[in-house]
Amino acid sequence: MALGPPEDRGPKSVTILDVRNLNKRFGGLQAVGDVSFSVQQGSIKALIGPNGAGKTTLFNLLSGVLPPDSGTINFNSTEVQGMEPYQVAAKGMSRTFQHIRLFTHMTALENIMIGRHMHSRAGFFAGMLSLPWTRKEERSVRERALDIMSFLGIADFADTEATSLAYGQQRALELGRALACEPKLLLLDEPAAGLNMRETAEMAKMISRIRDTGITVLLVEHDMSLVMNISDEIVVLSYGQKIADDKPLAIQKNPEVIKVYLGEEHA
Amino acid sequence: MRSRYAPILFFSAVVIAVQLLTFTTDRQQYLTQLTMTGYYSLVIVGLCMLMGYAGQISLGHAGFFAIGGYVSAFLTTYDLMQHKANPLIGLFSRAGLIVTVQDLYGGDALVFHPWAACIAAILVTVLISYVIGGPVLKLKGHYLAMATLGFGTIVYKIVIGTSFFGAADGLSDIPGFKLLPGLEVSGKTPVRIQNYYISWGMVALAMLLLTNLIHSRAGKALRAIHSAEDAANAMGVNTGRYKLNIFVLSAVFAAVGGVFLTHYNGGIGPSEASIMKSVRYVAIVAIGGMANLWGALSMGIILNFFSLRGYFGSYDDAVFGVILILIMLFAPEGLLRREVFQGAKKWLSGRRKTEGQKA
Repeated sequence: MALGPPEDRGPKSVTILDVRNLNKRFGGLQAVGDVSFSVQQGSIKALIGPNGAGKTTLFNLLSGVLPPDSGTINFNSTEVQGMEPYQVAAKGMSRTFQHIRLFTHMTALENIMIGRHMHSRAGFFAGMLSLPWTRKEERSVRERALDIMSFLGIADFADTEATSLAYGQQRALELGRALACEPKLLLLDEPAAGLNMRETAEMAKMISRIRDTGITVLLVEHDMSLVMNISDEIVVLSYGQKIADDKPLAIQKNPEVIKVYLGEEHA
Repeated sequence: MRSRYAPILFFSAVVIAVQLLTFTTDRQQYLTQLTMTGYYSLVIVGLCMLMGYAGQISLGHAGFFAIGGYVSAFLTTYDLMQHKANPLIGLFSRAGLIVTVQDLYGGDALVFHPWAACIAAILVTVLISYVIGGPVLKLKGHYLAMATLGFGTIVYKIVIGTSFFGAADGLSDIPGFKLLPGLEVSGKTPVRIQNYYISWGMVALAMLLLTNLIHSRAGKALRAIHSAEDAANAMGVNTGRYKLNIFVLSAVFAAVGGVFLTHYNGGIGPSEASIMKSVRYVAIVAIGGMANLWGALSMGIILNFFSLRGYFGSYDDAVFGVILILIMLFAPEGLLRREVFQGAKKWLSGRRKTEGQKA
């Protein structure tokens, strides 16, 4: 199944996300300091760094949760810095959360259907009157959501309440909800957090499969086996600064990276 | 999918059964309070959408009810005779928005037609709720509760302190509202049964619209906002606009209830705008199970009817205060939660299945 719009599966040399001199300060703490990097279309890029390095803040800046103090975020030829999250999502960037943020009291299927919100249009009046075209739209949204659930292998749980699913399934559901937005760029905030080794391996396969459908992936992750296996490129952050941006093998040999992860004497 | 309309059919049957019961047992006087209960139920179900489904509290809904009632009462009673020369009045008159009626002393009076007044009341409510809701809905939890409480207080102070709203006496001698020829909202005894059906017909219509809304794209977005606003926003839901829309919609439900009850009672007083009324509405939605339209409706019917029949005596307001405290302490998710119904349904169907296996 093709999840992304077909026109996006172009050559890999196209830059889809270009971050320039991004800054965010919380009081006396420089959470993100002058960070610049870019993501090539159709690639998987990872963002790693010790705790407190500013990874999640950077994600929040990209997805519009926080406005940057300065700098630009050019996504798909549009400057998106300072936009609201729903506007960034409408441009084709969707995300998952480090701490699972599923909609409680809603079924797994309904959770995914929320991801289709941007691609449907029935408003309050149409909804209240339940017009023929809104019912038709609702049916097609439901079918599309079921397709996505099959792609992720969780279709059996369509009518289960989202929060009563097993943890790994909840992670998959969050992924599905983000995929339902038909993103050009998928931001994954620690997709393997809380998963066991087998589940992590499955998640890695899943992320590669998503990339193969033409969706660019930017992920924050602590699990190095996952990061090194699937990433095309890796950005390393430390204390809000970018200290490396390279291919996985080069990152493993980078003395600066070894220093921040293992300490001075190992470098 | 069609089964979502089954409760509405059942509800309509109950409405008809109750009317027949009052007829056969010769208790037709109950119809008066039942009719009034219907109009209060419009406020309840509208507030239930806002509180239970979208997760936004309002302690100012009596204010919207009063805005609807007062605007309609004022426009249908204020004599425009002295402004007759005004070209705008002439224009309204030619458009049929203004009609000539007899005043108390048998003279002619120029007032707005109830339909025009009703539409004006709804428009005023939409305008005020948009202006209030815009900034206020950026707040959350008890800050939102306090801000809406402030709004309710302001409306109360305005209606009780303004002479052309009748100050503490309120407005009276409100004419009936002729919806269609032969269909009139008024408290006159010959149209009592008709009014019972107008009131509960509107409740059934409201339930139909809101049931559809809950299952629609907008309804799902509202429920998503309730459970994880940031995640809903990240999925492309314009959360600010959705919260504002449901706030305005529930204000309009309250205002429509106010318009109709005012015509039915033939008057409206400042007590309709009081804070205790707002607290009562919130208490009923809370005890009804928050995200449960039918639960809120049934609790609203029982409690409002008892209150209007005077069963709570002088403890009327205290009863609702105590209910709110008890609910918040012991069942913050409400008494008649959907889970309770689903649990009962599962238990029943499970029993049927095991019985089937035995047979």
